[in-house]
Amino acid sequence: MTLPASLDEAVAALGAMPAAVPVAGGTDLMSAVNKGLLRPSGLVGLGRISELRGWHYQDGHALLGAGLTHARMGRPDFAALIPALAASARAAGPPQIRNAGTLGGNIASAAPTGDALPVLAALEAELVIAGPGGARREIPVSHLLAGREMLEPAELIGFVRVPLLHAPQVFLKATGRTGPGRATASVAIVLDPARRGVRCAVGAIAPMPLRPLEAERWIASLIDWDGARGLAPDALAAFGEYVAAACIPDQEPPADGGEAPPLPPAVLHLRRTVAALARRALGRALS
Amino acid sequence: MSNDAAGATHTAISIPSPAGPGGPETEQPRLGIGASLPPADARAKTEGTFPYAADLWAEGLLWAAVLRSPHAHARIVSIDTSAAAEMPGVRAVVTHEDVPGERMYGRRVVDRPVFASDLVRHHGEPIAAVAADHPDTARLAAAAIAVEYEVLEAVTDPEKAFAAEPLHPDGNLIRHIPLRYGDPEAAGEVVVEGLYRIGRQDPAPIGAEAGLAVPRPDGGVELYTASTDPHTDRDLAAACFGLEPERVKVVVTGVPGATGDREDPGFQLPLGLLALRTGCPVKLAATREESFLGHAHRHPTLLRYRHHADAEGRLVKVEAQILLDAGAYADSSSESLAAAVAFACGPYVVPHAFIEGWAVRTNNPPSGHVRGEGAMQVCAAYEGQMDKLAAKLAIDPAELRMRNVLATGDILPTGQTVTCPAPVAELLTAVRDFPLPSLPKDAPEDDWLLPGGPEGAGEPGAVRRGVGYALGMVHMLGAEGADEVSTATVRVHDSVATVICAAVETGQGFSTLARQVVQETLGVEEVHVASVDTDQPPAGPATHGRHTWVSAGAVERAAKMVRTQLLQPLAHKFGMSTELLQIADGKITSYDGVLSTTVSEELDGKELWATAQCRPHPTEPLDESGQGDAFVGMAFCAVRAVVDVDIELGSVRVVEMAVAQDVGRVLNPSQLATRIEAGVTQGIGAALTENLRTARGLVRHPDLTGYALPTSLDAPEIRIVKLVEERDVVAPFGAKPASAVPVVTSPAAVAAAVRAATGRPVNRLPIRPQAAVAAPKG
Repeated sequence: MTLPASLDEAVAALGAMPAAVPVAGGTDLMSAVNKGLLRPSGLVGLGRISELRGWHYQDGHALLGAGLTHARMGRPDFAALIPALAASARAAGPPQIRNAGTLGGNIASAAPTGDALPVLAALEAELVIAGPGGARREIPVSHLLAGREMLEPAELIGFVRVPLLHAPQVFLKATGRTGPGRATASVAIVLDPARRGVRCAVGAIAPMPLRPLEAERWIASLIDWDGARGLAPDALAAFGEYVAAACIPDQEPPADGGEAPPLPPAVLHLRRTVAALARRALGRALS
Repeated sequence: MSNDAAGATHTAISIPSPAGPGGPETEQPRLGIGASLPPADARAKTEGTFPYAADLWAEGLLWAAVLRSPHAHARIVSIDTSAAAEMPGVRAVVTHEDVPGERMYGRRVVDRPVFASDLVRHHGEPIAAVAADHPDTARLAAAAIAVEYEVLEAVTDPEKAFAAEPLHPDGNLIRHIPLRYGDPEAAGEVVVEGLYRIGRQDPAPIGAEAGLAVPRPDGGVELYTASTDPHTDRDLAAACFGLEPERVKVVVTGVPGATGDREDPGFQLPLGLLALRTGCPVKLAATREESFLGHAHRHPTLLRYRHHADAEGRLVKVEAQILLDAGAYADSSSESLAAAVAFACGPYVVPHAFIEGWAVRTNNPPSGHVRGEGAMQVCAAYEGQMDKLAAKLAIDPAELRMRNVLATGDILPTGQTVTCPAPVAELLTAVRDFPLPSLPKDAPEDDWLLPGGPEGAGEPGAVRRGVGYALGMVHMLGAEGADEVSTATVRVHDSVATVICAAVETGQGFSTLARQVVQETLGVEEVHVASVDTDQPPAGPATHGRHTWVSAGAVERAAKMVRTQLLQPLAHKFGMSTELLQIADGKITSYDGVLSTTVSEELDGKELWATAQCRPHPTEPLDESGQGDAFVGMAFCAVRAVVDVDIELGSVRVVEMAVAQDVGRVLNPSQLATRIEAGVTQGIGAALTENLRTARGLVRHPDLTGYALPTSLDAPEIRIVKLVEERDVVAPFGAKPASAVPVVTSPAAVAAAVRAATGRPVNRLPIRPQAAVAAPKG
C-alpha cells in the first residue's frame, strides 16, 4: 500500500508495482476484495492527491479531478457549473457511498448503472490520462467505456474535461424504491445553444450509455434556439418515443418473413420508462 | 427484512392512551406493566458495543468455511477433498462421511442431510466444510474441494412438482389439506375470480449468521450462536454429533435481527463437527451471499380464488386453491400450510368454504418459518378478492368489508369458534374514520416526497394517489397440538431480582417484558435477565409471539411464587393473608397502612428462588377435511394504506399506513409501537421490493443491492390509530403478541391502494413497476 501525494508519483508507483491496483473511494473495489473476488498484491491509494480532488478551468472547459467525490459534485457551486453531473452525483447511492465514491472510480469501474456515465456521454467528455514520465493523452470517455481504447499499464485517469455549456441540463433516473437504489434506466439531456444541439444519453439499459443521435438531431431542428425554446407536449412525447425505440429496438422479423416477435413485457416496460424519462428530461431542460 | 434492533426510526408515532380515546389521559407508570421501559441493552446496541456472535473470539481459534452446491439439482458423482486437506493451514475437512451420528436432521421434520451425499436439492446446499487457521485459507480450501456433479433438471415450478419424479425419498407432496366447510352447492348472485402470486421474501437479518464452537474436555461441544430455538438446535446437533444432549450446550449470543427461524443448522452443525474433529475452537461468520443461500425464506405461493356473494355483498362461499412452494425440504411448511388454509377467508364470516391447500417440494431455495407465514400470502389474495367484489357491486371497499367482518363467537372455516376478542369492526372503523393525509395541493408548504425519491424522476402531474384497506388475522403460539410450554425461574436477593428463562430475546422485547413483569409482581426496581443457554430448562422457539405469552406467563407465575415466599412469614406474623399486603417501590405495606417495611429488610440477606411453567390450553390437529380447534388464540389488525403512484413509471411510494390493532392489553407502549412499525415496514418490503429471484432454481443477486429492503425513505408515516385493549382472558395479562399481524396485513393494504390509484388488478407481490402503470384518465 502506497499513498502518493501527486498524480505523477502515483503513476510512478504503479510502474514500480505493475500488479498493484489503484484505489480511490474503494466503494466498488473494496467490496470485491471483501467478497474474495480480488486479491490485489498491492494498492496505490489515490486519496492524498489533492490536485485530483478539485477542478480548474481551461478554455471554456472545466478540468475535473478524477478524485472528486459524489458528495463534492452534488454541492450547489458545482451544480451551477455542470447541473446534470451534480444531479447524477446526488442520485448516486446513500451518503456513505457519495462521501467516498469518486468520478474517476465511476468511470474506471464502468458499471452499466454508473450514474455519472450517461451524463459524461451526453457532455462528450474527454479523459486526460496520465502515463509514465509525465505523459498525458486524451481520449473520449465513450471510447474507454466502449473498449475502443484502453488504459495502458501504469496509466491513471487524471482529469475529466467537460465543456461549460451555460445552458440547462437534466439527469433523471428510475429506481426500484424511494430510497437510494441502482438505476433501472437513466437519461441525461444536455442543451448546447452555441451549437444549437441537444445531446441525450441513456444509461443503465446497456453495458455502456447509448446516444440516440438521430433523435437528438431531429429534436434540435424543432427548437427555436433564438426564441422561447419550448416545445409542444406532442413533440416532447414523440422525442421520448424516438429515443426509447432507438435504444430498445423492436425484435428483428424472422429471416423467413412474417411478423417480428413482440418484446417481452419487462422490456416493453423498460422502453416505456426510457420514453417517459427522456420526455420529462427534455421538458424540464426546455422549461 | 429485519429491522428489529432499530425499528423504523423516522416515523411519527401516535399512541393512544391506555385508557383509550375519550378516556382520561392517564400517566404512564415508570416501572412494571404499562411502562415504556427501554430495553436494557439499547445503549450498547446504539453505540455499537453490543457483542453479537460475529464478535466472538477464543484463544487459538480456527476459521470454518462451508462448500455449497452451485447447482439446484444434481447427483454427486464424487467428492475429492485431498487437495483441500493438503493445503498448508488446513486442519480438517469434513463431508457426509464424517458425521458421527444421524446424517439427517430437521427442526420439525427430519428430512435434510447435514451434508449432501448423493444428491443436492437446492442451490447453496452444504456439501463439505473446512477448518483452517485463516478465513481466507478456509475459503480457498473449500473452493479446492473437487466435486463431480451430474446436473439434473431442476423442478422449479411448484405446479409441476406433483407429476415430477420424486426429489426426495419422502415424495414431493409435503402436505395436502382439503378443507370442507358447509354446502358445496351453495352459490352467490355475484362471483369473482382471481389468481394471485406471492414472491419469496427473505428474512434478511441485518447481522448474517455467525457462530463459535468450542470443544469441551468431556468430549462434548459448546455452540455460541444466535439461535432462536436453542434446545431444539441442541437436540438436533447432539443427534448429528452422536452425543448425549447433555454434552452439547448451545449458548445464545446477541441476536442481530430475527423475523423467522435464525441460525440455519447448516452452519451450526459443520461448526460443531469441525470443533470436535480438531479439538480447537472454530468460528464461522457467513457472508451475505451465504446467508441468503442458507436460511429459510417465506413460501412463494400461488393462489386461485372464487368468491360468491349476494347482491348486498355478503359472502356466501369461498373456494380456493393454495399452493406453497416449500423448496427442497419440509421445515415448517406443514404449519405454514395450516395457517394459509385456516385463514384463507380472512377475518370475515363465510358460511361455506372449500379450500384445497398443498405444500410441495421443489428445487427452489428452502422455505420455512418467517413471521406471519401462510397468513400473509392468503391475506393479499382474499383482500384482492374483496376489492374485486366491491368493484363489481359498486360498493365502497371499506363498507363491503364491514358487511362481512368476523366477531367473537363466529366460526372459522376450520369449525373453530372464535372465543378470543375479535374487535374487527372496531379496527376497521378506526382506520376508515382516521383523517386522510393532506394532498400536496392542500399543503404546498410541505416537502412532497415523490415516488422515486428526492433525486428521482417523479413528476407531480403523473402521480395518482390511492387509498386501500386490508384486514388481517394471524394465530398465536404453535398450532395443531404443539406443546407450547415455557419454564422460568425468578430469584430475589438484596432487592435485586434475576430472571432465568431460555426465551431468546430476538428483538421482540421479551427481556424488557420479563423485567416489567417482575417489577409489577415483586415491586423491585432492579431486574436482570440472565443470558440464555441450554443448561436452563427449555422455553421453546421464539416464534408466533410465544415468549410474550407463555414465557412472560411463566415469569409471572415464578415471580408470584417468590412473592408468596416473601410475604408469607410477614402475613403469618400479623395474622393476615398475603393478598392484603402490597409491594411497591421496594416497600411492603399492608392494606390498612399499619404495617410498613422494605423488601430488603424482610429478605434479611435470604435468597428466594422459584421456578414455574406456563402451558396454554391444548389444541388439536386439523383433520382430513381441515376441521379442528387448531389455534390457541388469534390476533387481528386493520390497515389503511395511502400510496402515491407515478403511473408512467410505475413507481410507488407509500405515503401513510394507518394501523388499528387488537392487542389485548398494552404492556409496553413504546415497545409495542416499535413492533408495529417494524412489522408494517417488513410488510411494505414484501409489497414493493423484496423478492429473492431465482432462475432455474439458482438464486440471482444474493446481496442487499439486488435484494432491495425498504430504506428510511421507503418507510412511510406509520399512524397507530387505535390499539384495542380487549383483554384475552386465556392469555397472561390478557395481552396478545403484536409483531406478526401487521406483517400479514400491510402488503394487502398496499396492493389495494395501488389498485385504487391505477385501476390495475395488482395480483402479484411484490408489485412490479409494469403492474402499476396506467393510462392517464381524461
